[in-house]
Amino acid sequence: MWDSIVSIIPLALTYTAPLLIIALGGLYSERSGVVNIGLEGLMGVGAFASALFVVLSGGAFGGATVWVALLVGALAGVALSFFHAFACVSLNANQVISGTAINMFSVAITIYLARWLTTSSNIQIRTSFSRTSIPVLSEIPLLGPLFFSRVYYTTYIVLALVIISYYLLYKTKFGLRLRACGENPHAADSMGVSVTKMRYTGVLISGALAGLGGAIVIMTYAKEFSQLTFNGLGFLALAALIFGKWKPFGVLGAALFFGTAMTVANMAQVFESLRNVPNIFLNTFPYVMTLVALVLFSNNSAGPKAAGEPYDVGKR
Amino acid sequence: MSKESNQNKLIPFLAVALGFIVGAIIMIISGFNPILAYSKLFEGAGLYGNIRRFGDTLLIMTPLMLTGLSVAFGMRTGLFNIGASGQMLMGGFAAVFIGITMELPKIIHLPLAVIAAIIVGALWGMVPGVLKAKYNVHEVVVTIMMNWIAVWTVYYFVPLYIRGNFDTESATIRTTASLRVPWMSNIFNGSPVNLGLFLAIGAAIFIWWVLEKTTFGYELKAVGHNKHAAEYAGIHVNRNIIYSMMIAGALAGLAGATFYLGYTNNIKIGELPSLGFDGIAVALLGMNSPIGVVFSSFLFGFMNAGKGFMQAATRVPNELVQIIMAVIIFFAAATVLIKRWLNQVSRKKVKGGDQ
Repeated sequence: MWDSIVSIIPLALTYTAPLLIIALGGLYSERSGVVNIGLEGLMGVGAFASALFVVLSGGAFGGATVWVALLVGALAGVALSFFHAFACVSLNANQVISGTAINMFSVAITIYLARWLTTSSNIQIRTSFSRTSIPVLSEIPLLGPLFFSRVYYTTYIVLALVIISYYLLYKTKFGLRLRACGENPHAADSMGVSVTKMRYTGVLISGALAGLGGAIVIMTYAKEFSQLTFNGLGFLALAALIFGKWKPFGVLGAALFFGTAMTVANMAQVFESLRNVPNIFLNTFPYVMTLVALVLFSNNSAGPKAAGEPYDVGKR
Repeated sequence: MSKESNQNKLIPFLAVALGFIVGAIIMIISGFNPILAYSKLFEGAGLYGNIRRFGDTLLIMTPLMLTGLSVAFGMRTGLFNIGASGQMLMGGFAAVFIGITMELPKIIHLPLAVIAAIIVGALWGMVPGVLKAKYNVHEVVVTIMMNWIAVWTVYYFVPLYIRGNFDTESATIRTTASLRVPWMSNIFNGSPVNLGLFLAIGAAIFIWWVLEKTTFGYELKAVGHNKHAAEYAGIHVNRNIIYSMMIAGALAGLAGATFYLGYTNNIKIGELPSLGFDGIAVALLGMNSPIGVVFSSFLFGFMNAGKGFMQAATRVPNELVQIIMAVIIFFAAATVLIKRWLNQVSRKKVKGGDQ
């Protein structure tokens, strides 16, 4: 049993990291009042851009390549999310339709470019993050093998971003203003907060984090960009965002929960005790749990109240 | 007022034009000749008179028309059915399941498989309908979750009960459950265009009739316009939301039947059919009216039918078509932008007239 846990937890952390960071991105956008179902697409361009960067740079950046690749992924996410922000904030477009367009565009343009560049539509990378054991910490009994052995540094970056996000959203003026724009933009506006600026910021941060998430997928466990990169991780992140009640630590819990479920589903064949559990239960688990949670939350609606509505100054 | 409605009618055409322009710009940047590529796209779709290729256009148009109707029908009731993909997949799974496991004469087998697809699609659509009506849970989130539940359900059941040569796909359906008929293929020179086309056109007429000619349709539209006013007028809003989602699901389920029983003949696991999302583009461009959907599904049908030929002839990656569709959706969402441009143009014209 201990052996199975020791083999599952580090893997679960690996799968959780991108999921968590994408969901956290969604949190910024939705907290500012813009629904973002384009997370999958934003994740995809991040993945594509980071893979492309690694191939094109050809080792010119040496050891820094992997880190710059993460940055490139995040920037690609920002670039694509700009269109979502422009449509939703400046043009009062339907946010769900715009998000759908973002998703479709992302799959199409990345595969188009990949096919154009490589003819096979796959981009394989040779340089990526490798698993490391943290010195000293990995020697701690019990915790060491679970959390500090055979891990990627990116996992800790993601966890740090969760804590920073909590601080930013709940302990700073900026966070209060951002959340106000998602709850009651008129009140925020009357206090001199620029709803437009805040919502742009929220959407662009979501693009950066979702793009970073895609880059982490490529630079840690996937090591290849292809059509299969678009496997619903962005939608799973949306589920984690809702299940985590639109709160940073809630999202952390939800992502860990779903990430572990995903890992167990993928590894069920390896374990004697799980081999007979039909994979349908493990695979659909996050989605079914989200539906259950939505029904349970329905009385005290947990989501940002103004999310999904364009801000109309003349309406009260 | 009339200027406003004229503008609204122009928007789909401008969105399509902008889509093709952006596509051309992307081709120029990546070093292709857009005029050649577009002409090959039209040629591949049989628009220059190749009857077999034109049959393929109708073949691909069929499920698109149905997913487009599904999304459009939901929109008319104020519901965003982003789950047409999942409903289509589950409907198609039911149809393929019956198509493989049962042995019946065609006259019973085929209708049974099609009806199964409609019913399962409707049930898959009922879940978001009920959650919306009873618990006020947003249908967009529920339909997204239902999409992925559908993917994993098919992933589990196909290898278990109707496995084909590989774990990743089902066996081929029996010919008695196929929508293909020799006389249609003969007319279209061997294209697998099939009876699904008539099912889709029949569905479009039926939906038009429901929306425009029945009290039920009037109630649905009233709910879509203003839920509270409809409630005040004595319309059962919650019941109508559930019915609307079920009908949208049934249409998507039927799309699954036409796709899997008429086109692929089997079902693959682990993928969400993109046709459900394409249906959003079809519905938006068709302005959510059944007649508009017929025309817009033809547009997207021929673009999808011709893209393989275009790629083979010009090396332009076929994803170009998907890019154009995404751009069209984006501009259809950002109608304010187009209206602003139109107003600028017309204001300039008026100025010019004064001088």
